[in-house]
Amino acid sequence: MAYSDKVVDHFNNPRNMGSFKKDEEGVGAPECGDVMKLQIKVQNDTIVDAKFKTFGCGSAIASSSLATEWLKGKTLDEAQKIKNTDIVQELNLPPVKIHCSVLAEDAIKAALADYQKKADHNEGTK
Amino acid sequence: MKFPIFLDNHSTTPMDPRVLEAMLPYFIEKFGNAASRNHAFGWEAEEAVERARKQIGRLIRADAKEIVFTSGATESDNLALKGVLEMYKEKGNHIITTSTEHRAVLDTAKSLEAKGLATVTYLSVDKQGRVDPQAVRNAITDKTVLISIMLANNEIGTINPVQEIGKIAKEKGVLFHCDATQGVGKIPVDVQAMGIDLMSFSAHKIYGPKGIGALYVRKKNPRVRIAAQMDGGGHERGMRSGTLAVPLIVGFGKACELCEQEMAAESTRLAAMRDRLQAGIMAALEESYLNGHPTHRLPGNLNISFAYVEGESLLMGMKEIALSSGSACTSATLEPSYVLRALGVGTELAHSSIRFGIGRFNTEEEIDYTIKKVIEIVTKLREMSPLYEMAKEGVDLKSVQWAAH
Repeated sequence: MAYSDKVVDHFNNPRNMGSFKKDEEGVGAPECGDVMKLQIKVQNDTIVDAKFKTFGCGSAIASSSLATEWLKGKTLDEAQKIKNTDIVQELNLPPVKIHCSVLAEDAIKAALADYQKKADHNEGTK
Repeated sequence: MKFPIFLDNHSTTPMDPRVLEAMLPYFIEKFGNAASRNHAFGWEAEEAVERARKQIGRLIRADAKEIVFTSGATESDNLALKGVLEMYKEKGNHIITTSTEHRAVLDTAKSLEAKGLATVTYLSVDKQGRVDPQAVRNAITDKTVLISIMLANNEIGTINPVQEIGKIAKEKGVLFHCDATQGVGKIPVDVQAMGIDLMSFSAHKIYGPKGIGALYVRKKNPRVRIAAQMDGGGHERGMRSGTLAVPLIVGFGKACELCEQEMAAESTRLAAMRDRLQAGIMAALEESYLNGHPTHRLPGNLNISFAYVEGESLLMGMKEIALSSGSACTSATLEPSYVLRALGVGTELAHSSIRFGIGRFNTEEEIDYTIKKVIEIVTKLREMSPLYEMAKEGVDLKSVQWAAH
């Protein structure tokens, strides 16, 4: 199967690959099938940094790389609005690879939910 | 070095230039129909076909008359299973095969089952991919008409104890079909010594042309009969109608002749390259696992799983090397390799497998380049893998509860 140039680019030059250090604030959620770890750093409701690690095919790696690129600079509300179809369109994913974009959207949603949970928890303990 | 490097010689092989040379006169100059009995064009074609039949027979220690030409191994497998089941339906309808056969056998068996024409026993294999001859013996019933077990597996290269199975088949009076597509021309095949009654193989796996294969059908002890699956002019002793593809057959014959002459030297050379590839990769990369049998294996085959990285992304990172993976992402069904699963390889490791197929035209330089490249890409992808990170941190991956998806 031929990959789109953008998938190949993200695969060869992944953006924001890695993990935050343990003592840094990061949230993440593993997803099954392919495994995607997505972490975000938030200041004043804005995502200031994002990192990913992915076990999966080239399209899954490209989807998560693109997701981190899009997350940076977005407010939490804006980030909620990222749809897997946006990723499909941007990367020109074929139908058989759409699940990779679903995984990326789920990873975004999970990271946001995890952040919210921790934020609520902190508020409660204050 | 020329790119891309072809290391997928189980899927197909490039044609040997000597084979093409043998074929060329039979396209324009000597174009006759081998079934034309009344003129020189036909005689010339028939003579070429008979020469090829002898070359092919010699490679597998069969009589030339026992070679039935088909379009390839898939057709041969179909013809063997369907033809035997139909011909011997008075005797029984039970087939014994294994779970790691090629799809051409498995799906044919399933199709016969679905139509109510056969009951099928699918034997499991051991961790190295070999079937136990005793399990074959135990599975035989008075309704068993056919045992169909491959010589060498197309993914992991494991070679089955065919001779022992053949002996059991003889003793029990059951016909033995062997899909030898990956083995013929690569390792010595002797249908007499191996007790094989029907055998499928094809030209394009042995540096011959695509579109031509053969089914060996034993003529005596016992005389095997099969019901034709295609009606027509009654070619190939009535077993497979259709005008013979003379140029392809000539190429098939030449390819077999070359294999017979060069197999001993070639298999030693390929095995040395394979061992070099295996040692180079596995010494450098922790948690890389050999799939298949360490010794009962095709000389050019190497199948390795690289923990924590996914096969398709590995292939994507080595675009300049043509390889194959057991990863679901490379298959249309999104299921990982059923062969690796049958060996008890876990889903993750099945997804992480790469098959290297070394052939006649590969060089040591290509092998060394591949070693370097595999180490590089696996290391890069492991850095990118959350599973590798967790494993390094001491998390037991089996204990992780993944979000349902």
